[in-house]
This record gives sequence, structure tokens and C-alpha cells, in this order.
Amino acid sequence: MTAAVRTSRVSKSYGAFVALKDVDLSVEPGERRAIIGPNGAGKSTLFSIIAGQKPPTSGSIFIDGADMTGARPDQLWARGLSRTFQRNQLFQNLTVWENVELACAAHHRGLFKSVSRDALDDEIGGVLERVNLLGSHDVRVANMAYGEQRQLELALALAGRPRILLLDEPTAGMSPAETQAMLRMMIALPREITILIVEHDMDVVFSLADRVMVLNLGEVLADGTVREIQGNRNVSEVYMGKAL
Amino acid sequence: MTVADVIVQRRSKPFVALRLWSVLALMIAAFAAAPFLGMPQFVQALVIEILVFSLLALSLNVLLGYTGLVSFGHAAFFGIAGYAIGIIAIHISTDILVTFPLAVLVAALCAVPIGWLSIRLSGFYFLMITFAFAQMVFVAAFRWKPVTGGSDGMIVPGATLFGAPILGSRESFYFFVLAVFTVCAALLYAIVVSRFGRTLVGIRESTPRMRALGYNVRRYKLAAFVVGATFGGVAGVLNSLFNLFIAPESAHWTQSALVLVMVLIGGAGYFVGPIIGATIVLLLQHWLSSYTEYWGLVLGILFIVLITGAREGIAGLVMQGWNHLRGKGP
Repeated sequence: MTAAVRTSRVSKSYGAFVALKDVDLSVEPGERRAIIGPNGAGKSTLFSIIAGQKPPTSGSIFIDGADMTGARPDQLWARGLSRTFQRNQLFQNLTVWENVELACAAHHRGLFKSVSRDALDDEIGGVLERVNLLGSHDVRVANMAYGEQRQLELALALAGRPRILLLDEPTAGMSPAETQAMLRMMIALPREITILIVEHDMDVVFSLADRVMVLNLGEVLADGTVREIQGNRNVSEVYMGKAL
Repeated sequence: MTVADVIVQRRSKPFVALRLWSVLALMIAAFAAAPFLGMPQFVQALVIEILVFSLLALSLNVLLGYTGLVSFGHAAFFGIAGYAIGIIAIHISTDILVTFPLAVLVAALCAVPIGWLSIRLSGFYFLMITFAFAQMVFVAAFRWKPVTGGSDGMIVPGATLFGAPILGSRESFYFFVLAVFTVCAALLYAIVVSRFGRTLVGIRESTPRMRALGYNVRRYKLAAFVVGATFGGVAGVLNSLFNLFIAPESAHWTQSALVLVMVLIGGAGYFVGPIIGATIVLLLQHWLSSYTEYWGLVLGILFIVLITGAREGIAGLVMQGWNHLRGKGP
């Protein structure tokens, strides 16, 4: 089976500093894969490279078998890849509804494409319902609580009808209750969506992921099932001797 | 609350645009009736100037207010179209059906390479490259004497239609400008409320998100740049036809700065903001300049007060007051 996301010997250097070194990653369609590691491990760099934000210094990125190395985010989106941001990237001066409308409208733009108002409204409403924000449809994003803004981040990514979803620390800065609510939403996502998640909260990682890749100092330290990673002594040492 | 409930609730809201256009339609009707009610010629001239600069400011607002691109060289297209109509009228034809569209087309075509290069930069660098392009246009107009008349400027021949002179009287030109302004303002409004316009707002609010949503941000920015330049070109054509003269100063950076100030004072991102800003700036200029040559100081103080106290300009202040009255918070 062709991997949904595959990286081949991906490296990234900033001058003399090597942020990533020969990272190989293969995520099967429908799989939920987490990337973890201590600060400075290279998680965000790898994430940015897969999302098309940064080009790798060397190595290749494949999406559904197609070489997408150096592709722009909009080209990756056309391949069914959608993402959330670690720091909210929302349309602050628009309402929740208008935010999702922009995301949904992305599918219907083009000279010869059109969609009825009813169909677009149904689509927007459906996305908001999925992330429990239907009641806040008329609220300007700048006036929303932080936790709700994180939910809207997920909504915008889902409105892209993704086949591959990249989640960049989706629970960062959330209270425990908000984290649990977000986790439930992520678990409830259809299994057809391949998920690649970077996350610090190990409860979230182990509740959601099928497999986990551990990065340390820009290199792959371990790659395996949740149980394998939990029992990996090297990984525990990286996390300051704590049992995972 | 179900999805159907929310959709019904959203569709039952009053149509804000209808209210806005009701007010604007009343104002345009009043302006159209004014000459029949004895509006003096000098007031007609002032209204023409206000409408021309309102259109220029509205066109800049597509970039500044809706797309978040701070252009410091918008007057370049005002000047290019202004010169183009003069050159076409001198060398090809004075027929307005030829000169007007061709001059606007020249401005739009010039905007394609200038915009293509400029939108590769953002923020301060975008501002500086647009400034540099505008100064290149200014220098070309100033130095290319055989074509532009250099520092002496260029006499623009009066317009004709099928060989007969038209727009010769102040009153006929007043109605012409009012009609062109109304059509252009309606077109610009249709653009900014369209899906394309909402996409521009998305780019202004979060470019990384728009890229992640699959939008080709550069293409949209270039389109906004060309749209702004096209309508700025229409303003330039009207200006040349009104004065029957064009000078290099029309493309100077101070002209770009003035129109930028108009948009910011009126309220960038609000459709009527540039009209309010152009009106205030030109009224201040005409009224105060009869008392003091330091009228620019008063304009400067007004600008500082608004920029520090009300960043959304006068239109923003009015909207805040309106929302406050309706009990919709800050």
C-alpha cells in the first residue's frame, strides 16, 4: 500500500546547525501517527517541511506516492493535505461562520465551479456542529475564548475536507477540561482521515495515536506502536528518566 | 440549536448593504439634483475633485483596507492613466470611446509587471518597492519631455464623441463624473462583497492560513493590485479630462501619501471610509488654505489624533457608536 505521507532522508540545516538529519517517516492511509520529542528535537521543523512551509535542505517528501518536495501549501492542499497551526491562524475580525465559510469556499472557487447558497450553508453548519461551535456562529473570533479558538483551528482544517490532517500541538495552552473536549473531537474524526500530530501532552498522544515516532536532536530515536514506545528505555531517558 | 435553525437565523438578518446603498443613493440623487437647484460652479468643481479623489482612495482601499497591502505608490497609476489619455488624444484620437478605455487599459497593463514584482515582498518592503515604482513613473514623466512635456506638464485635448466636442461645460462634466463615480463605486462594492473580496479579507487577516486552505495568495494579491490600479486609472483619466492638463506631480510620492492619508482618516477596510477621508481632506484643504498656507499642519494634527485614538478612522468611530447604540458592545 502506498504511504499517505512519506519522508525520505529529510534533513534541514540552518548554517552549521543541523535541525533534522536523514529522517525517514512513513504514515499509512488512515493511520494516526504522533511525533514527539523534547524541545529542540526537530518536531516543528519536520512538520513545517511536510506542510510546505519550509523546503528541506536535502531529502524528499511524498504524498500518496507523488514527490511533493518543495511544493507550496496550496499545492499540498490540492492533494488533500490540511493542517492546524500551533499558534492560532484565524481571521480575527470575522465571525466564526465567516471563518469557516472562507475555508469551505476554497473547494468551490474557480470560473466553472459554483455551489448553491443552501449547499454551502449546510457544509459550514456541519463543520461547526462537528467542533461544537454552532452556537457561537455569530461571534467575532477576536471575542472568543482561547479554547474555542483552538476548536475553530480544527474546524478550518476539517473544512478543507482533508484526507491527510496535520495537527500542530492542537491542545497547546488549553485547560485540562478543554484538552479532554478537544481529544474527544479528534478521536471522533473519521478513520479515513490520516492524522499526523505533533503534541507535548502524552495523554493526548497515547489516547489518539496508533504509532509514535520519537525525535531527539534532529534524529529518529524510536518509531513504533504506543506500547513499544512506552516501554522504550531510550525514550524514557530522553524524557528525563520518567516512565511514559 | 440545529444547523437549520442557525441558517434560518442568519438569513432573517436585515441586509446591511441595502441600508448603506439607500443612503448613498439618496446622496447621489441629491448631488444629481444640486445643479438644477443653483449649485454654484465653484462648488461643482469642488464636488468633481472630491469624487475623483474618492474614487482614487476607494481603489487604494482594495489594496490597503481589504488585502492589507500598504501601497505607497498608488498615484503612479493615477499619473500613468492621466498621461496615457493625453498622449492618446494627441496622437491617435480624442474620441472618448477610444481614449477613456485605452488609458485605463494602459494603467491596468502597467500594474501587471509592477504588481507581479511588488507582491513578492510584504510589509515595509512592499511599501518601499511601490514607492520606488511610483518615483520611476514620476521621473519618467519629469524627464521624458518629448512625450510628456517634462516639468511643464502636458495639455490634454478636450474629449469628443464621434467628432463632436463633449464635456465642454462645467455642468456636463459634473454629471459625467458623478455617473462614472457611481458606476465605479457600485463595481468596487460588488467586488469587495464578492467571494473574491472575502478572499482578500482572508489574506489580510491571515496569509499563512489562506495558503494552508489552498488559496494561491500571490495570484489574489496580484488581482487586487490590478483592480486597484484600474480604478485608480479611471480616477486619473477623470482628473486629466477635468483639468485638461497633467503634470508629473500627479504621480509624485506626495500624491500617494495624500491618498493614503485619505483612506486612513476615513477608515481603511470600510467601504465608505475613503469617500469620507477624501471629502474631509479636500474640504480642509480648500477651506483652510484660504486662511493659512499652513493648512497641512491642521491635517497633520487630525491624522495624528485619528491614528493614535481611532485606528479604524472616522467610519470605524461611526460604526462603534452605532453598535454601542444598538447595544452590541464595543
